[in-house]
Amino acid sequence: VRIERRLRQPRWLTVVVPACSLVFAFFASGLVLLATGHDPFSSYRKIVDAAFVSNGALGQTLISATPLAFTGLAAAAAFRMRLFNIGGEGQLYLGAITAAATGLYLGGSGGASPFVIAAMIVAGCAGGAAWALIPGILRAFFRTNEILTSLMLNYVAAYLLTYLIFNSESYWRQTKGFNATVFPVGKDLPSSAVWPGATIHVRGGITLPLGAGLAVVAALVLWFLYSRTRFGFEAQVLGDSPRAARYAGMRTRRKILAVMAISGALAGLGGASQDGDFRHTLDADPNGLQRQYYGYTGIVVAALARYNPFAVVLVAFLVGGIQNAGNTLQGADFPSGLVGVIQGLILFSALGGELLVRYRVRFGRRGVERALEPAA
Amino acid sequence: MNNSLLVVVLASGVAYGTPLLYAALGELLAERSGVLNLGVEGMMLVGAVMGFWVVQRLHATTGISLAAAIGVAAIAGAAMALVHAFLVITLRASQIVSGLALTIFAGATGLSSYLGNDLHLADNPARHSFHPVFPSSMQNWPIAGPILFGQNVLVYASWACVVAVSLYLSRTRPGLNVRAVGESPAAADAMGIDVTAYRYAHTLAGGALAGVAGATFTLAITPQWVDGITGGVGWIAIALVIFAFWRPELCLVGAYFFGALQALAPQLQARDIHLGPTVLWTNSLPYLMTVLVLVVVSSSGARRRLGAPSALGVPYVREER
Repeated sequence: VRIERRLRQPRWLTVVVPACSLVFAFFASGLVLLATGHDPFSSYRKIVDAAFVSNGALGQTLISATPLAFTGLAAAAAFRMRLFNIGGEGQLYLGAITAAATGLYLGGSGGASPFVIAAMIVAGCAGGAAWALIPGILRAFFRTNEILTSLMLNYVAAYLLTYLIFNSESYWRQTKGFNATVFPVGKDLPSSAVWPGATIHVRGGITLPLGAGLAVVAALVLWFLYSRTRFGFEAQVLGDSPRAARYAGMRTRRKILAVMAISGALAGLGGASQDGDFRHTLDADPNGLQRQYYGYTGIVVAALARYNPFAVVLVAFLVGGIQNAGNTLQGADFPSGLVGVIQGLILFSALGGELLVRYRVRFGRRGVERALEPAA
Repeated sequence: MNNSLLVVVLASGVAYGTPLLYAALGELLAERSGVLNLGVEGMMLVGAVMGFWVVQRLHATTGISLAAAIGVAAIAGAAMALVHAFLVITLRASQIVSGLALTIFAGATGLSSYLGNDLHLADNPARHSFHPVFPSSMQNWPIAGPILFGQNVLVYASWACVVAVSLYLSRTRPGLNVRAVGESPAAADAMGIDVTAYRYAHTLAGGALAGVAGATFTLAITPQWVDGITGGVGWIAIALVIFAFWRPELCLVGAYFFGALQALAPQLQARDIHLGPTVLWTNSLPYLMTVLVLVVVSSSGARRRLGAPSALGVPYVREER
C-alpha cells in the first residue's frame, strides 16, 4: 500500500469524504456500544427519533444547533488561517455576560425592543471579541501559542461566569424574591430584551429563533469575507504559508488580531443568542450552559464542514440533533458520554478522511507500477 | 508550624503536582519524538476511570488491586494514544486537531463519562487508595515531615520516573535516537533509525504515563469517580512541558509550582482569607499563571534555543523529504 499526494482534488470528494466519515463515525460508535453490551440500532433509532422525527424534536434541535453554528463559524474563521482558537467556549460565556448586562440595563430603563436587541448583539460580539483578543494579542506580539492560552481562558471565563451568579452579588444576579435565597440565579431579562422567533406551524410548531437567522447571515458574511475580499485571501495565504505572506508584505499581526476578533465575536454572538433566544437570563448553572460544551463541539462542526461557512450551518444542524438527543435521552439506556464519543469519532474520521482528499492510496507493488509508468 | 499556610500549600502542592508531573513527563516523551499530543486531558480521564474500575471490581489485597489499577490505567492511556498515533503518524493528520478530537472523544463528556456511567462507578468512594508510606511520627517532623514524608508511593515513584526519563534521554542509545527523530527525522531516517516505530513507541509511552496521571486522581488525591475529575490538569501539563523547556528535571519544579497554585485556592478559602474576589482569582490562578508563563517563555526569544524539538508537530513523509 502506498500513499501519494493528489495533484488535483476532485470536487465530489469534498462532499463524499465528509459524508463517509460521518457514516464511519457511527459505525465505530456502534462498536463501542456493542462492546459495552448495548444495542446500537436501538440507540441510533432513539437518537434519530429524538433529534429529528418526534413531535417538537426539530424545534429542540434548532435550540442546540444555533449556538453550534456560531461556535462552528468561530472555529472555522480562525482555523482557516491556522489560528487554533479553541477558546470558543470562554468567548461564548463572555458574550453571554456582556449581552446580558446590556439587556438588563437598556431593557430595564425602558428602551425600545429592536434597539435593545441590536445593542445586545453588538455587546455579545464585543465581549467575545475582547476575550479572543487576549490570546490574539499574545500571539501577535509575543508569539505565544494561542491554542493553550485560549484554552486556559476558557476555564477563567467559566469561573468568572460562576462567580458572577454564585459567589458575589453582582449586577447579573437576582437578589430579591424567595427563589433567589434558595438557589442563586441570574436576573430575568426584561421582555424588551427577549429575542423574537418565527413559528412555523407544522409538527407541533417549530420556532425559528432570531439567532438561527443571524447565524445564516454570519455564514454569508464569513463566506464573502474569505472568498471575495482581499482580507480573506491574505488570511488564507498567511495560513498556508506565513513566509510567503510576509515576503509579499502582508501585515501578519493585524491579520492575526482581526481574525481572532472575528472568531471571538462570532462565539460571543452565540452567547448573546443564549441570553436573548433561549435562557432569558445569565445562566451560570453548572448543569446549564456550562454543561453543553458548545465551544468545543463547534470545533467538531467546523472540521466536519471542512471550514466552509455554509457547510458549518448544515453540519451544526446535524450535530445539534445529536446534542439534543443526548440532552433528552439521558437515562439508563443512553449512557451519558455517548454524545462525546460520537462527536470525537466524527472528528477523528473527518481527519482521517482528509487524507483521502489530499492523498490517494494505491495498492500494489512499487515495481509493477514503475513498469507501467510511461517512459519519461 | 506544620499547619502554617506555606507548609500545607507546599505539601499539597507536591500531592497535586504529581499527576501533572506524570502527564508532563509523558507529553515530554511524545514531543521529544516530534509528536504533539493535545489529548492529554482525555487520556488522563480514561486512565482515571479504568484505574478506579479495577480497584472497585477486583477482589484482591490492597497492594495487588492498586498495582493492577495503575497497570490498567497505563494500558488505557496508551490505547487512547494509539488512536492519535495512528492518525498523525500513519495518516499524517493534523496533530492539533487530532489531539483535540482525542480530548473530545475521551474527555469529560466522552468515553470516560460513558465508562463511568456504564460501569456504575460514581457515588462510591474507592475501596482501596494510596496512603502515605512513612509512619506518622516521621510525617510530623517540622516542615520536611508533611512535604517530603507525608506522601504516597505514587509521589516517590514519580521522582524515579524523572530520573529514569532524564537518564534515558541523555545517556542511552534509544534516548539519543528519540531526540534525533524529534529534531531531524530525515537525518535519523538516513542513520537507519525507524522514525515511525520511535514515534509510535513514545506516543504510546506518553499515553501510558497520562493514564497513570489520571489514576493518581481517582486513587490518591480524591479517591472517587466524578465526570471530568481532572479539571483541566491535562492542559496545564502540556503548558508545563513548554515551561520546562522539554527537560524532565524542570518538569518536576514546574509541576510542584502549579500544584501549589492549585492547592492555594482551597486553603485560602478554608482559612477564610479574603483578598478581593478570592474565589474567582484563586480558582483562576493556575490557568492565568499558565498563560503568563507561556508568554514569558515565548517572548524570551527563540524557542528552539530553549529546547523545542525542531520537528515537533510536523509529520514525517519519506517521499516528500
